[in-house]
Amino acid sequence: MNAVSETETKKAPAPARGRDAGGIGAYLSRNLRQYGMMAALLIIVGLFQVLTDNRLLLPNNVASLIQQNAYVLILAIGMVIVIVAGHIDLSVGSVVAFIGGVCALMMSDWNIPWLVAVLLSIALGGLVGCWQGFWVAYVGIPAFIVTLGGMLIFRGLAIVLVGTTVAGLPEGFNAISNNSLPNSLGFMGQLDIVTVLIGIITIVGLVVGQIRTRRTLIRHELKTEPFGAFVVKTVLFSLLITFFTYLLAKSAGGMPIVLVIIGVLVLVYSFIMANTVFGRHVYAMGGNLPAAMLSGVKTKRVNFLVFVNMGLLTGVAAVVTTSRAGAAVAAAGQNFELDAIAAAFIGGTAVTGGIGKVSGAMIGALIMGVLNMGLSIMNVDASWQQTIKGLVLLAAVALDFLNKRRAGSSE
Amino acid sequence: MPTKAPILEMRGITKTFPGVKALQDVTMTVAPGEVHAICGENGAGKSTLMKVLSGIYPHGNYEGEIFFEGEPCQFRSIRDSEARGIVIIHQELALSPFLSIAENIYLGNERATRGIINWTKTNKLASELLARVGLTEQPDTKIIDIGVGKQQLVEIAKALSKKVKLLILDEPTAALNDEDSAHLLELIRHLKGQGITSIIISHKLNEIAAIADSTTIIRDGQTIETLNMRGAEPVTEDRIIRGMVGRDMAHRFPEHTPTIGDEVLRIEDWTVHHPIHNHRAVVENASLHVRSGEIVGIAGLMGAGRTELAMSVFGGSYGTGITGRIFLHGQQISVRSVSEAISNGIAYATEDRKHFGLNLIEDIKRNTTAAKLSSISRLGVVDSAAEVTHAERLRKEMRTKAESVDVPAGKLSGGNQQKVVLSKWLFSEPEVLILDEPTRGIDVGAKFEIYQIINTLADAGKAVIVISSELPELIGICDRIYAMSQGRITGEIPGREATQEALMRYMTMEKNGASV
Repeated sequence: MNAVSETETKKAPAPARGRDAGGIGAYLSRNLRQYGMMAALLIIVGLFQVLTDNRLLLPNNVASLIQQNAYVLILAIGMVIVIVAGHIDLSVGSVVAFIGGVCALMMSDWNIPWLVAVLLSIALGGLVGCWQGFWVAYVGIPAFIVTLGGMLIFRGLAIVLVGTTVAGLPEGFNAISNNSLPNSLGFMGQLDIVTVLIGIITIVGLVVGQIRTRRTLIRHELKTEPFGAFVVKTVLFSLLITFFTYLLAKSAGGMPIVLVIIGVLVLVYSFIMANTVFGRHVYAMGGNLPAAMLSGVKTKRVNFLVFVNMGLLTGVAAVVTTSRAGAAVAAAGQNFELDAIAAAFIGGTAVTGGIGKVSGAMIGALIMGVLNMGLSIMNVDASWQQTIKGLVLLAAVALDFLNKRRAGSSE
Repeated sequence: MPTKAPILEMRGITKTFPGVKALQDVTMTVAPGEVHAICGENGAGKSTLMKVLSGIYPHGNYEGEIFFEGEPCQFRSIRDSEARGIVIIHQELALSPFLSIAENIYLGNERATRGIINWTKTNKLASELLARVGLTEQPDTKIIDIGVGKQQLVEIAKALSKKVKLLILDEPTAALNDEDSAHLLELIRHLKGQGITSIIISHKLNEIAAIADSTTIIRDGQTIETLNMRGAEPVTEDRIIRGMVGRDMAHRFPEHTPTIGDEVLRIEDWTVHHPIHNHRAVVENASLHVRSGEIVGIAGLMGAGRTELAMSVFGGSYGTGITGRIFLHGQQISVRSVSEAISNGIAYATEDRKHFGLNLIEDIKRNTTAAKLSSISRLGVVDSAAEVTHAERLRKEMRTKAESVDVPAGKLSGGNQQKVVLSKWLFSEPEVLILDEPTRGIDVGAKFEIYQIINTLADAGKAVIVISSELPELIGICDRIYAMSQGRITGEIPGREATQEALMRYMTMEKNGASV
């Protein structure tokens, strides 16, 4: 096409190489939301560190913080995708109890090897996801209703199956959520070498990844963050990981097994949401459903897959939860859906869909986790814990709204 | 008509939106008890003027003065203007579908004492109002259960409940069939007998000629003239059109000599039924064809079935019970889904880009690639470098004014959003491009650029179909124009020979074949 004329070259700003968009101030205000939540997490950690007389960040507490809250982190990954697609899933808590029950029965009553039972449990999660996805995607019933039904259905099934408790699970199974990676490489002073290695690999991966992304952006003359901000950000993140690694390496066991599982899941799902056609279609549907349909997105199939995926992750969460408790309990998973939804919203997911990141939901989940942990160490009553978590959720979303309104009115 | 003090005077009204001057020094005088028509092309500023009058754009938001019954008015909201007896009925009806007629009439104005609604009074008063507008429905009938024509009458009954003195109707008959339209016009005449003044905005010139006492013509945000429709010389439709079109057509559209090749798309006996009322045919036995390098227009009034035809062809994204055949280069193809249509090289750029065209919270590059992500992905993984390259190339070709392709589509102006929509469909590498109202809501300068893009596309060998409500636009850019009326294609005119009058005749052709 020859529509490019001389006016273009005059009017469009000449794309400078690696154009830094505005100064650091402009950059920060644009990314306020993303870093605001990071800052909030750090502030909450600092606050509880003080309030708990430095007990929050004791190495063993950090390890159990992860193990204790693994379920929220895992469920929040699936939930953020569900919410970005414009839905909600209220059933995950009940499904955790149901699958946990089946998983325990497989091992204790049917003598299925625990590894096979774990895989079958995750597959069962996928099946549950198919069931809910069918109603949402192909019948067109709102997810709120379908999963509200699912919440009752699977809680009921869990009680029928489990009765009250199925205990006496294999040691290997219980190790998933309670143990750490074996210290097979010995110790460096007090530090577990395996953990240190994983920490180093993570930092190297982070730095290399950041540099590569920045190079690609510059090569394609896209907006990049100011160089200073880039360096500071990378250094800060590396320091955070170093500190975290140090704490874990010093803890009784070293690197918790669940943290490895979560790490892999976060990497995989961040990639899926950012770089695959599927991820793109989820954002497109959440942002404007009719426009997505008219762009040829097979919306029914994408919706179905979103729920299947939620089911699979719920299966993982069920395994982790059952393993942590060392038993299947009919009442397990109570309010897990609310924790996961809250984590997603605190992490910046838009209530109306179309916006949200896995990394954000992880920060949201950690904020919830630190609140749980800190308040427990302080022996705060469980009912007050709930109230405080509710207020934090409301405050986070309210801040987001105010921030958006300010941004909107300044245009 | 005896000269009385005017009921309404608007003086020097100027209203600007960011980047666009919608109204410029508009002056209008309405005599009491008359039916005053406002005519003008889409985007001329008619609706904006009425929004100024009714306080939707509050005082201070515009320049100029409004006098109602001789007193200056400074309406801050629609409530203020309604308190003075000025009621506006919008193009899109503002009724709540699941409430009853009576509840709708008194919505926001409930017949209540201390917050407790007096239902007996509400229903009794409502049925009196219904009688005045000629409706025999029970006041407790739900809005969803009555037709659009009757809904329009309920709107008028609602206006009457507010002791209306000046009734403003924005395109009241656009969605109505002829019988309902005739009834509505009769009612307006009847209300005039009761001393109610009306301002009516309409595209249907025959209606204006029939009902209006005077007509103000607005063009490009300016008052052009006010015609006395009851003078010695009858005012013809041509006379009104001349005022509406005004400008020399030659300068509004780029020069273009088409290079027309072989037939690309042929549609035969295309019939589409309404998605809910599935016995009603919205498009009936439509047949048309487009050749490469050709720009073909589809003209039609609202409800003629133009968009429905286009969307049903585009993978059945509208309607049920779709029958007919589609040929691409003489080969019959199937287009049962949108993705099938896209892979067959058909693209459809919607008339409503905000709701159906773009993901406004997403950036330009992702909107650009949305319709054919598969072409820049391998094994389901998107090549983001290629994405940037393509989006940037199209941004330059389209001359989309944006800092970069990272800017969210929602932050762009209408013209630039439309360019992103066009980029998106060009990225899908179509052979047939269906553009539905490609210049709606775009200012004059950007329109010219869109026309240039359309010409360039045709020159690149694409077959282009343009659907538009603006007849001058179709005449200005199309090589051939089809006219639709009531779901059927009623005529076909070569672009060079087309006139608004000739098109309008086909566009208003009744089912039995008789012209209005």
